[in-house]
Amino acid sequence: MATETETRTAGTSGEATSTPAVVVNGRPVPLDPRVVAAHTTTLDWLRSQRLTGAKEGCAEGECGACAVLLARADGRGGTCWTAVNACLIPAAALDGQEVITAEGLGTPERLHEVQREMAARGGSQCGYCTPGFVCAMAAEYYRDDRGEQTTADAALDGTPAADHEVGPNGFDLHALSGNLCRCTGYRPIKDAAFALGRPAPEDPLAQRLRQPAPAPRPTRLAGDEGALVRPADLAEALRLLAAEPRAVLLAGATDWGVEVNIGHRRAPLVIAVDQLPELRELGEDRGALTIGAALSLSELERRLAGRVPLLDALMPLFASRLIRNGATLGGNLGTASPIGDAAPVLLALEADVVLTSTRGERTVPVSEYFTGFRQTQREPDELIRAVRVPVPPLPVARFSKVAKRRYDDISSVAVGIAAREREGRVERVRIGLGGVAATPVRARDTEAALEGGPWTPQAFAEAAEVMAGEGTPMSDHRASAGYRAAMLRQALLRFHHETQPEVAR
Amino acid sequence: MKTRPHSLHDRPEAGSVGEAVPHESAVLHATGTAVYTDDLVPRTSGVLHAWPVQAPHTHARVTRLDPTAATTVPGVVRVLTAADVPGVNDAGVKGDEPLFPAEVMYHGHAVCWVLAETLEAARLGAAAVEVEYDPLPALVTVAEAIAAGSFQGDQPVLGRGDVAAGLARSAHVVSGELEIGGQEHFALETHASLATVDEAGQVFVQSSTQHPSETQEIVGHVLGVPSHAVTVQCLRMGGAFGGKEMQPHGYAAVAALGAALTGRPVRLRLTRTQDMTMSGKRHPFHAEYQAGFDEQGRLQALRATLTSDGGWSLDLSQPVLARALCHVDNAYHVPEVEVLGRIARTHKTSQTAFRGFGGPQGMLVIEDALGRAASRLGIPADELRRRNLYRPGQRTPYGQPVRHAERLERIWDQLLASSDFTARQQQVAAHNRAHEHAKRGLAITPVKFGISFNFTAFNQAGALVHVYKDGSVLINHGGTEMGQGLHTKMRQVAATALGLPLPMVRLAPTRTDKVPNTSATAASSGADLNGGAIQHACYQVRERLAEVASRMLGIHPADVRFVDGEVTGIGFGDDRLPWAEVVRTAYSQRVSLWAAGFYRTEGIHWDSTAMQGEPFKYFAYGAAVSEVEVDGFTGAYRFLRTDILHDVGDSLSPLVDVGQVEGGFVQGLGWLTLEELRWDTSDGDGRGRLATRGASTYKLPSFSELPEELRVDFYQQGAETGVVYGSKAVGEPPLMLAFSVREALRQAVAAFGPPCHEVRLASPATPEAVWWAVAAARDAARRQPDGHRRPATDGVPRQLPVEA
Repeated sequence: MATETETRTAGTSGEATSTPAVVVNGRPVPLDPRVVAAHTTTLDWLRSQRLTGAKEGCAEGECGACAVLLARADGRGGTCWTAVNACLIPAAALDGQEVITAEGLGTPERLHEVQREMAARGGSQCGYCTPGFVCAMAAEYYRDDRGEQTTADAALDGTPAADHEVGPNGFDLHALSGNLCRCTGYRPIKDAAFALGRPAPEDPLAQRLRQPAPAPRPTRLAGDEGALVRPADLAEALRLLAAEPRAVLLAGATDWGVEVNIGHRRAPLVIAVDQLPELRELGEDRGALTIGAALSLSELERRLAGRVPLLDALMPLFASRLIRNGATLGGNLGTASPIGDAAPVLLALEADVVLTSTRGERTVPVSEYFTGFRQTQREPDELIRAVRVPVPPLPVARFSKVAKRRYDDISSVAVGIAAREREGRVERVRIGLGGVAATPVRARDTEAALEGGPWTPQAFAEAAEVMAGEGTPMSDHRASAGYRAAMLRQALLRFHHETQPEVAR
Repeated sequence: MKTRPHSLHDRPEAGSVGEAVPHESAVLHATGTAVYTDDLVPRTSGVLHAWPVQAPHTHARVTRLDPTAATTVPGVVRVLTAADVPGVNDAGVKGDEPLFPAEVMYHGHAVCWVLAETLEAARLGAAAVEVEYDPLPALVTVAEAIAAGSFQGDQPVLGRGDVAAGLARSAHVVSGELEIGGQEHFALETHASLATVDEAGQVFVQSSTQHPSETQEIVGHVLGVPSHAVTVQCLRMGGAFGGKEMQPHGYAAVAALGAALTGRPVRLRLTRTQDMTMSGKRHPFHAEYQAGFDEQGRLQALRATLTSDGGWSLDLSQPVLARALCHVDNAYHVPEVEVLGRIARTHKTSQTAFRGFGGPQGMLVIEDALGRAASRLGIPADELRRRNLYRPGQRTPYGQPVRHAERLERIWDQLLASSDFTARQQQVAAHNRAHEHAKRGLAITPVKFGISFNFTAFNQAGALVHVYKDGSVLINHGGTEMGQGLHTKMRQVAATALGLPLPMVRLAPTRTDKVPNTSATAASSGADLNGGAIQHACYQVRERLAEVASRMLGIHPADVRFVDGEVTGIGFGDDRLPWAEVVRTAYSQRVSLWAAGFYRTEGIHWDSTAMQGEPFKYFAYGAAVSEVEVDGFTGAYRFLRTDILHDVGDSLSPLVDVGQVEGGFVQGLGWLTLEELRWDTSDGDGRGRLATRGASTYKLPSFSELPEELRVDFYQQGAETGVVYGSKAVGEPPLMLAFSVREALRQAVAAFGPPCHEVRLASPATPEAVWWAVAAARDAARRQPDGHRRPATDGVPRQLPVEA
């Protein structure tokens, strides 16, 4: 902790003028530099303020016991209560923002509806995960497009895959997929979620939805152990990055937070880029979709729905809602993990990475972007500004992910496939693979085996054997090399099996 | 002591027990205001934080340990080493667990602890401690330990009859060898302690512990002070599951030692990584078995060797092994039995109690044998299991009559009917015919679980009941709250025994200075034991108040009744006195308004050498039907539906009990499917290192593992005489209902193979394990001489053709 440092509230750029503070449960709480260092998590900071409702269960964004609500812009001038993992986000990154914790939702005397349902239905046993569940549940409770859906329709046609996961009140259980409970087995929590009604008009948190979210403000919090800076604009961000090549770029903190907590990494400079408008662009021109690198995956899901089906398929399998509320495509490409789930999809989509620095901007195909284990073409002074995805994408596409757990697990193997069939032949196919090499890779041999050939079970079965030989899978605690290779083969067989109806049409 | 005025198990007509009330802390949980041990830290000033120096070796001698460099790190206050221990340098009760070890026994073993003003400073200080090691050869797997003859503790044999003769007369013998995976407790709250020392030298340790009395003893012996100088309090735990029965003691002792040496509060809370790498887990087991069946599928004999992986020290490995042996029969009568138990000593964390306590591992053996035998014998698995259920009059292999054995068949038949089992078998068969790449399985399995600590002396409990002059009641008991709802039930018991509305009874946190010499809250026994003690204390007070009230009402004391906050007689016209008025009158007449209660479980005995006796007060029964679907492309699966019928006796608190049944089931499902502990077994530098050391690498069940339909019902008319208000223990038994999921997976995998394909399934049955089983089934189908599946009939015949 930065016990003997002071916060320089007026940074060199001069924009940061007010004392860093976060509005917590409606009350401004200063980010006291005696408690808050650049790496101090929101969770540790909240707990130091005796707001001990949020708990540390894993410190890596997997359990959700630390979940709190953030007032985030909804893209339409209003606010969206967004649940995030407080264990990952540096407290300093929330300067000027609004946070609600379980204590702020309600009190024992005046329970919030979410709290009342959880308490009355046996939704808590040991109670340790409960404040986090309550916050994640409240976010979904306040989601303004939570529709009135019924589960009955889809269940009748024999494909109950996801139907039991949306309640009659439109509550999407995936909102809770980032919360672990070791006691209840989840049934009463599900019942509580599905019993929720609508927020009352006089509910202050519901009223808050119609007001704009707090605007991001430039911040600089510096101490002996490093600084966290939220630059005023992209130009400042690039200048900072050029001057400090060891700087870490921060968007949702879903990777950096883990590095800080589990790997105990500390950086001389952390640059928060998640609110820079240049990194939050979303638009289409010249045959490509430009996706801002700092848009959260949840925002992408909402705003892109239906535009690129392969991205739609990726999202539910890409971590939990709590993580997707922070995680970005830029971050997933920036950390360059060989098991990141976005890369196989972006490879199949033949996407490009747009890199920016004080020296200018350049575009690199994702297929050439990765150069080695967690190494890329990005220079230390560059940041990922956007990802460009050609549209319309190849029409026949699937994403498959093999992991121990169905949701919110790290993939053993991830495969993105996009193809076009013409007159019974495979006209074009692109296949991206994750988890089978030091980097995400294209399955070029398999693509070559398929392209130009007939779209038949036989051809796919033969290509599947080629696919099984792609990459250099290893054995680890997630899966054996043999299973990974088998899953490559199976992914192609499944692709053919599943797409047969739409291709035949 | 006077005799009890009323029986232990009879319920009054009105009373709080049996009401479906929410957890007594539910509102505090939901609002984030419930306080756990580590939440005390920001409410305490001047706290020091502790961080361990974890050895990067799996087995090594510490040749030099120099903390000098650490003490120069800003904020570091002190480094605790073996030299600082004034008492006994041991974290356990068996003398085999040095708290500050000279020999590293597992990867990540803490060799010393650093205290600092902040956690960050303590961590940096720990990194600065200079330690040199002399690495030694390490045993990492059970197979290595068996090969090296590395065992610890006794090697008990559970025997009955002549197993060789039984196997010889068997028409079919199924042999198997199984690795049974362990399980990380993953209580959401990691180990945590906060220790202070007052001006008189009294040590106060707030600890997340299931066993405050033993934590107190260990802290006392480490500090070299008697137990009366140490008080341990447990506010509540954020989950425990057995992981906090023995394991918290050492951490509490480190915090207490630090507090004693610095005079400042010391907080020790493990990070998740530390918790997973340092604390013990469910024992992995290795099992070899031979199970003999007659032509009708009746079990004739079981010979088995169960070798548990105890890790580096004994901890609770011996009683865990005993319970494994005592549950190798599960719910089935086996005439001839010979089961050898051994505890491997390996260089791993010291494995410990975990919900079920060896029972699940023992049961898995016979369920595996039955699951495989069903295919071999061509008898549907549900029918094979039913034929072997215990019948009234039969005894377990350790000689105990199976009390209420008739409930097994009743539960079985009721559940088959309520789950629509037969019709669904046909639906599953139809589904499997229609789907090449997705097969379903449906299975029913039973549970019989013995209730009481195997070790007889632990079956005692104490309680303290205070009635204040205003009529309000405060209760204390020796049990700890870990989420299981014990405190909720105990309030209901006290309210019922005193004839009061529930809000009149408040419960104070568990402390060793309130109730001494308590047993661990474990073995599912918390409500049975502590409920008995609370009821006993309440009855004493009530008996005294009855005498006071009888004078006020002008009736005989035996006719006084306490109902819903009023005191009256049995006559229709008797006056009704407010409870508080009777209490005030009693006080003014100098009648004692508080009592200490005590309970000991009657009628149990156990010879741990002969492995014979009647160690269990009774058995908890249940059965589950599960339906799953396996994806033929990947081996991944979905849990479609589970129906449970469980015997909780006459439930004390139905909402709590449903929670225990469901939560236990899902936890068992996790153990049997996706929860996989992996250690580095290579010869590389990381040998012996736990590879699954966080939530990102060790996957607990999440929402996606909750069966799409989960229906839980209680067995009716199951009041258990001999237990408080006719209830039954519920903590552990439901975990083993999850065998229905494992067996359903086996059925689904079999559907990828030829008829009556015998499936060998690893445990845990991860998607990868299921995939390899599917691959084997498909290979078998391809080897079928006729090249295609035999046509299945619409109905499922009770007797399938036997495979050659």
